[in-house]
Amino acid sequence: MGSRSSHAALIPDADSLRRETGFSQASLLRLYHRFRALDTNKKGYLSRMDLQQIGALAVNPLGDRIIDSFFPDGSLQVDFPDFVRVLAHFRPADDEDAGLRDPREPEPLNSRMNKLRFAFQLYDLDRDGKISRHEMLQVLRLMVGVQVTEEQLESIAERTVQEADEDGDGAVSFLEFAKSLEKMDIEQKMSIRILK
Amino acid sequence: MRSDHWLDSCPCWFWLSRTPKALPQTLRVLQAVCILLCRDGRALAHLASPWRQWATLRMERGAKEKNHQLYKPYTNGIIAKDPTSLEEEIKEIRRSGSSKALDNTPEFELSDIFYFCRKGMETIMDDEVTKRFSAEELESWNLLSRTNYNFQYISLRLTVLWGLGVLIRYCFLLPLRIALAFTGISLLVVGTTMVGYLPNGRFKEFLSKHVHLMCYRICVRALTAIITYHDRKNRPRNGGICVANHTSPIDVIILASDGYYAMVGQVHGGLMGVIQRAMVRACPHVWFERSEVKDRHLVAKRLTEHVQDKSKLPILIFPEGTCINNTSVMMFKKGSFEIGATVYPVAIKYDPQFGDAFWNSSKYGMVTYLLRMMTSWAIVCSVWYLPPMTRETDEDAVQFANRVKAAIARQGGLVDLLWDGGLKREKVKDAFKEEQQRLYSKMIVGNHEDRSRS
Repeated sequence: MGSRSSHAALIPDADSLRRETGFSQASLLRLYHRFRALDTNKKGYLSRMDLQQIGALAVNPLGDRIIDSFFPDGSLQVDFPDFVRVLAHFRPADDEDAGLRDPREPEPLNSRMNKLRFAFQLYDLDRDGKISRHEMLQVLRLMVGVQVTEEQLESIAERTVQEADEDGDGAVSFLEFAKSLEKMDIEQKMSIRILK
Repeated sequence: MRSDHWLDSCPCWFWLSRTPKALPQTLRVLQAVCILLCRDGRALAHLASPWRQWATLRMERGAKEKNHQLYKPYTNGIIAKDPTSLEEEIKEIRRSGSSKALDNTPEFELSDIFYFCRKGMETIMDDEVTKRFSAEELESWNLLSRTNYNFQYISLRLTVLWGLGVLIRYCFLLPLRIALAFTGISLLVVGTTMVGYLPNGRFKEFLSKHVHLMCYRICVRALTAIITYHDRKNRPRNGGICVANHTSPIDVIILASDGYYAMVGQVHGGLMGVIQRAMVRACPHVWFERSEVKDRHLVAKRLTEHVQDKSKLPILIFPEGTCINNTSVMMFKKGSFEIGATVYPVAIKYDPQFGDAFWNSSKYGMVTYLLRMMTSWAIVCSVWYLPPMTRETDEDAVQFANRVKAAIARQGGLVDLLWDGGLKREKVKDAFKEEQQRLYSKMIVGNHEDRSRS
């Protein structure tokens, strides 16, 4: 009878996913439907092509980088748990007191540090833990296209790396990156609220 | 138009009168009731309304009892979005991050990336286009299991109601509708072929128009389509082009049963091909071979020739090029707007309460789709004929197309989107991305560039 029924029982490992990502059951259900809608050939996983089909993502200058964040280490498929784990970075911070959290448990995916780490890896293409001047230049080039000359872009990249670099190695490490953004309200700027 | 009323009710009476007298009287009455319902499904629509509300409430209660999560549909998207522009957002981000006073000097900040990152993630979670290609979700259940995500065993009464619905739809309505459809199509093929043998002239045109009209009306009955036409005084005239938004192949039948049109399309094989070949004998439709469709100049030339001949009927075109799920209107292809004829826009809006007419071509083939249509309760739609539009001297084809599209979207209560419906098959143009890049580079390089350029 219910060939289209989709309560949480259809989502694989729903309970452990909920604990890990912190999404509510309703949000998880919505994301599952979204996953199924994007999965055009009903393969059970998403490929790069499925994400590239999203028109609004293709016109985003950083679209390709964002898609890359779903496929770490050269993998070609992303299944639903991994899909949700990436999106969990953008869950708004919980209202509960941070002190109540058990310090032995791993940090929640949507903590400030993890959000910063996510943004950091958009810059750091080769995943060596540092943003070199070259990588900074590449990201800048993506964001401005052909509108800005090479010299202007290089000077901007040079200046940015110099400002953030504290130990003088010519690159921005994750800690330097976090320090330069310490006043930023990351929780609000990198959060997407799913409607109930 | 009223004069062929007796003609199209003729096949119905044909079936009724042929029932053998041995059948009990009740069966004949039932048959008459069903035929009546087929002709005026409004009665059916009113009958079903209180049942639907009860069914929806019962399901919500049942789900709560069992502690299941009900999937509630959202037409406005699943995430909370702020409609701020790129500049405002990035300024906001910078302001919250740095303690130094912002004096509007253009520069780059590490935090700028957050804007693009979040926007990108938002589109992955929910974008405007992908959801237009799946059937619209209803907020209250219409007793068809196909439109409901939550359909599972809740209570006996609900299942009985649904079962009764299935019985009525599959055992009474479906055979009747198939019989009507068969009658309609065969009359069309036979009628147009016979008219084709007549010599060209006024009588032939008159006959072909009425044969077409009669057969389309029978097909409309076969689908139990309840159509409300608005502003019929704006109906397309000869030498014009009629454009409408596209939701399903039924759109053609709906429009053609209230006016005389020349069809445009690709030649198909099989039954469609037979119908197409027969129709073109009676009056000049514009059919293209597969190879000709790619040649835009050839297409434009043939359409222009057709339009310039004032004795030929107005052309019916769906410029979106693909079926959209009737919640929005997507980009119109500019080809038909370059011809320079008067454009008669038509807005078609289906009411999904009694049956969803959207054809998801990636999910269902044509036959499956038609069967689904014939086993729904009814197809309810409204058609608005908008006042004719012509291209102004200072606008090009694309702007004209967008103007027509906006008018249609406004009238039909649909969302007006800039995206190309063909996006589901092709990649999006780079011009949109360049626009974003341009806006952003103004923020980090700003007036230096303008000064150096001038």
